[in-house]
Amino acid sequence: MSTEDLIETFRAQLRDDPDVASAVAAIRALLGFLRQDRGETIQGLRNSLRDAIDTLSRVDSSVAVSSGGELFLRFISLTSLEYSDYSKCKEIMIERGEIFLTKVSLSRNKIAKLCHPFIRDGARILTHAYSRVVLRVLEAAVESKKRFSVFVTESQPDEAGQKMAKALRKLNIPVTVILDAAVGYIMEKVDLVLVGAEGVVESGGIINKIGTNQIAVCAKAQNKPFYVVAESFKFVRLFPLNQQDVPDRFKYKADTLKTGQNLTEEHPWIDYTSPSLITLLFTDLGVLTPSAVSDELIKLYL
Amino acid sequence: MEKCMARPSAPPLPASRRRHLGPALPAMARPAAPPAPGPPRSAPPGAVALHPPRFAPLRPPRGRPALPGPPRPERCRGRARQRAPGVARDRRGGAAGGTGNGRRGTGPAGGAAGGTRERPAGTGPAGRGRGRDPGTAGPHRGDVTAPRGGAARPRSRGAAGPAGGAAGGARAAWRSGRVSAGPAPVHGDRLRDTGTGPGTRPGRAHAPIILGGNPEGAAPVPAGPQAPELSREEKLQLRKEKKQQKKKKRSEKGPSTESAELCAPPEAGQPRAAAQPTSPPASADGPGDSEKPAGGKSKAELRAERRAKQEAERAQKQARKAELSQAATTAKPRQSPTEPQSLVKRLPEHVQVDDPAAQRKLAKKLERQQVPLRQDYGTKVNLFSHLHQYSRKKPLTQQMSIPSTVIHPAVVRLGLQYSQGIINGSNARCIALLEVFKQLIRDYTTPPNEELSRDLVAKLKPHISFLNQCRPLSASMGNAIKFLKKEISCLPDTLREDEAKEKLQDVIDKYLREKIVLAAEAISRSAFEKINDHDVILVYGCSSLVNRTLCDAHAKKGHAFRVIVVDSRPRLEGRETLRRLVRRGIHCTYVMINAISYVLPEVSKVLLGAHALLANGSVMSRVGTSQIALVSKAYNVPVLVCCETYKFCERVQTDSFVSNELDDPDDLIVLRKGQAQLGGWAENKSLRLLNLVYDVTPPDLVDLVITDLGMIPCTSVPVVLRVKNVDQ
Repeated sequence: MSTEDLIETFRAQLRDDPDVASAVAAIRALLGFLRQDRGETIQGLRNSLRDAIDTLSRVDSSVAVSSGGELFLRFISLTSLEYSDYSKCKEIMIERGEIFLTKVSLSRNKIAKLCHPFIRDGARILTHAYSRVVLRVLEAAVESKKRFSVFVTESQPDEAGQKMAKALRKLNIPVTVILDAAVGYIMEKVDLVLVGAEGVVESGGIINKIGTNQIAVCAKAQNKPFYVVAESFKFVRLFPLNQQDVPDRFKYKADTLKTGQNLTEEHPWIDYTSPSLITLLFTDLGVLTPSAVSDELIKLYL
Repeated sequence: MEKCMARPSAPPLPASRRRHLGPALPAMARPAAPPAPGPPRSAPPGAVALHPPRFAPLRPPRGRPALPGPPRPERCRGRARQRAPGVARDRRGGAAGGTGNGRRGTGPAGGAAGGTRERPAGTGPAGRGRGRDPGTAGPHRGDVTAPRGGAARPRSRGAAGPAGGAAGGARAAWRSGRVSAGPAPVHGDRLRDTGTGPGTRPGRAHAPIILGGNPEGAAPVPAGPQAPELSREEKLQLRKEKKQQKKKKRSEKGPSTESAELCAPPEAGQPRAAAQPTSPPASADGPGDSEKPAGGKSKAELRAERRAKQEAERAQKQARKAELSQAATTAKPRQSPTEPQSLVKRLPEHVQVDDPAAQRKLAKKLERQQVPLRQDYGTKVNLFSHLHQYSRKKPLTQQMSIPSTVIHPAVVRLGLQYSQGIINGSNARCIALLEVFKQLIRDYTTPPNEELSRDLVAKLKPHISFLNQCRPLSASMGNAIKFLKKEISCLPDTLREDEAKEKLQDVIDKYLREKIVLAAEAISRSAFEKINDHDVILVYGCSSLVNRTLCDAHAKKGHAFRVIVVDSRPRLEGRETLRRLVRRGIHCTYVMINAISYVLPEVSKVLLGAHALLANGSVMSRVGTSQIALVSKAYNVPVLVCCETYKFCERVQTDSFVSNELDDPDDLIVLRKGQAQLGGWAENKSLRLLNLVYDVTPPDLVDLVITDLGMIPCTSVPVVLRVKNVDQ
């Protein structure tokens, strides 16, 4: 499978199913890549998979694509491969890849099941930008006959908040779109903050659409719970100390990076929210405190 | 040792606080107290029956003193031969360590008896030591002295020569006595300590008793699987009884003929000598008693009360245990007594200096291991009375010689280097320790009829206690020792001795390479990612790891980052850091810790080393670190801690008080204008100096820990520990 084919498969996945997370699409593409790989050794296969992940993360700069790819690679090779026959090994790896994919596809529902009890009847929720997991959680809350209202930030520059508001209205949830600058104003009316994440880093902090950090700071200042919903394939081995420490490849769109222009002029698309501002993380591994994220990562990688 | 304070389930209370819990239960203490004096009086018949096995639990390792005659001398000779070169080296080692004078000076006295641990005064003990020599171990003496003399002669033929020779003989004799006759020498020492032994010829006086006791003591052994349980219960009972006797003795003051009668009717011919074996515990705390015989009346009473209460509790527990074990399956008679013991977490001795009982225990242990006990120095700040405080001017070896039969000269040297602060820093100390242990293993020969894996671990123990006396062990050393002990005891029996020794050396080398050298490299690499262009990095004190990281980053990138070295009195270790960094051409600024709030606004990262990482994520490091982390947090500067995983520790500590180290308070004395400020602090009753070594930084002040496994938040320490435990 050539690089172009890989990218094409990835894009096709995203086109065909707009509801799919980019990471899931990447994993599907990688699984296809694995099936068609004509290497002779496991080491060779690993290397070509690494290259494929690299290629994909250059197409989509989201943290989840690289973290999902890494975890996929880790998961399929985290088993005894002591067979003399290479094709047998590959078979096992493909099998495990499929298990991983089904697990990943199911994770959103699992999170919804875990998280919706935290939404009380009559709650006022603040959310940020567009997140499919948040949407799924709110949907689950509606299904369990809870009445609540949602404030969505407009989330410039791509106005993802409008998209979110539209999706919420479809679920018959009362929704108000607010300015990004109005977060501080609205915070006192809000019962809880619920955001998705592009990536969850080792410290237990999150990387998410720009503006998340200010919401977290506001929530902390007014003692409102700040909940994050994120699938475990978004866990990434990265430990930013502050905003400057987040690598550029995540901060800017892949297209912007390709042009090679001066990045100081460019606006970053994501920011880093430190773990001290986060109350809980809802993942398919369970409800975690920020410090437990690193524990899960250590268990996976050591 | 670390496990003693593991996990929040056993919050490490300072001993003083623990003892305050004591009087909280007077109701229990009162009723229990009256019967306490009772038993001894009614004891005689029972005591006689119980008496012989008393010795059995006292020397479980020498559980086969019933060895037939022939092997005994053989073993002695083996030991003597093995030690002889060691002794010769001892002197060399001492001289190299720069304490030759001290050692030689005390040589005669100390040498007089690997056993007399007493003021170097009397020629009496010395004479006795020599006198005992031919009697018990005459034949072997030649073995010992001959090679020694040869080796010693070219070096120093001073007073040490002959004295040492005699000492060696005495030692060998002593040694053989110990091997064959169990605890006799220990008792002998104690007798002499009390100074009550007019005409006690300890070795001889005891030999018959003990030898006579042996068969009886050994009797329970063939009794089958129930024997250990029995003996344990008996042991407990005996201990109780002993304590009561002690108490009675104290109240009566003076040697009681009653107790003599009470415990040894068979040896009625020597009532005194017979009385002595029962008294070791009494004489063990003899010094304390003799120091304040009259003044501590009420205190003694208090103590008695406390003890009575403890006994009552213990008896209750015992009864409950017995009930439980009976109610439970009789199929496992062995397990029931051991289980509750494993649940009880004991505090290490070095954090209960203010607890006389614990100290007595420690003294006893050291005496058994023939390791000198180091005396505390000066008054301590109240809050830290549970910690040791030693004077650098009084190293352990100056007070008395250390029998080189027990302590390897390289270890003596190492201990001195520790206590003098010549080897400093967690990594350096651990590396030095392992190198010395390598030498120790190289020089070790398994005595006949012993297994290497068992005997070597036992041999290491006195060395470790000696080093612990010189300076409390660091977490890194504790982990290394734990590792080494495990490796030794896991050695397969099939290995030949030289193979086993080879293997152990390799294992130590591997540990040094993987856990320290390669770990440092891995950390340096990870830390490199975090050092960016135009960073201003603040470092504190002297951490080998941080220095290496900075030097590597400078060499690799060669780009501009600046370092601010923060230093503090009294150690001024920052100067060493400064020297090393400036030599590499790194741009440095040097400030004292008072000035950190001034420099922090320009700092972009704080990079700290660590002594240990505790299981709750706290960072134990050089005192002052916590302050730096706190101020950095206030200025919102990220704090990075570099620490190898081998320094991770299962202990939990939330403050710097419970377990810490007190350095020599004299270090705080300043020379200014030719005048020593604080010089006479010891004379001033209302003045105390505190020279703390470590402090504990709470986990929320630390942003990131860089380890050889990568970067983790410090709350993940328990996970790493768990993963490591699974691996091992």
